[in-house]
Amino acid sequence: MHQWTFVIAAYAVTLLGTAAVSLISRRAMRRAEAQAEALAGRP
Amino acid sequence: MHRFANPARFLKIARPLTGWLFWSGLSLLLAGCICGLFVTPADYLQGQTVRILYIHVPAAWLGMAGWTGIAVSALMQLVWRHPLAAVAGRAIAAPGALFTAICLATGSIWGRPTWGTWWEWDGRMTSMLVLLFLYLGYIALANASARQGAGQGGVSNVTAIFGLVGAINIPIINRSVVWWNSLHQGPSITLRGSSIDMALLWPLGLTLLGFSLWFGAIVLMRMRAILAQNKVEARMQRLARG
Repeated sequence: MHQWTFVIAAYAVTLLGTAAVSLISRRAMRRAEAQAEALAGRP
Repeated sequence: MHRFANPARFLKIARPLTGWLFWSGLSLLLAGCICGLFVTPADYLQGQTVRILYIHVPAAWLGMAGWTGIAVSALMQLVWRHPLAAVAGRAIAAPGALFTAICLATGSIWGRPTWGTWWEWDGRMTSMLVLLFLYLGYIALANASARQGAGQGGVSNVTAIFGLVGAINIPIINRSVVWWNSLHQGPSITLRGSSIDMALLWPLGLTLLGFSLWFGAIVLMRMRAILAQNKVEARMQRLARG
């Protein structure tokens, strides 16, 4: 295999992993904070 | 440190810090990766595959730094009963496990063209794989203790002790290439300097700092999510009681 194939594979694995954790963490934070805010407004 | 034990005070600092760490980290790591891929020269021995260095080394550093963070959080939870320490430990686990897995995957991909093998059961690779299993065990224990309501969204004392005991693996990973014969190279970056030529080394500083800032942002996001969930659960319990 060409050397660049290994380089691209390594960067792709890193990109996928970091993007997935970023999205999951951000969505969990936004959802939890929105829920907390909505409940805080209730009597 | 106890000044930040108050979640409200912590959130006041964490909210603006999250975005700042995330975007500055992302910019630095993208700049480092682009420079590492297209600006630096190929290595005279390894050729183009040396470019994997710019993601493999930060991943290894953050995998080990993550568990060190878990151990420090565990100590603060057990000794000083710091209310945010347990939350921090739980928040660090997932990105720490991710970077350990990335380190193993990129190391394996780098090993095939360099050593002629995807995997070798030597000290460095095996101890790094043990670290990944420790992370998975910690995440399972932390989730179980959170479901049982231990540690107010954080982790139970048993999980904290597991985090503390698991830290024994960190110096083993660090010294593995010195203690045992290994396909993996010896320490090339130490406090005394680096054996890597400066022409190849400089983008590593960018990716190391970038990934570290990004890691900090992810930990803050996860801590904020856990604290908000705690608030929701406490509120729901109050509403249920009437």
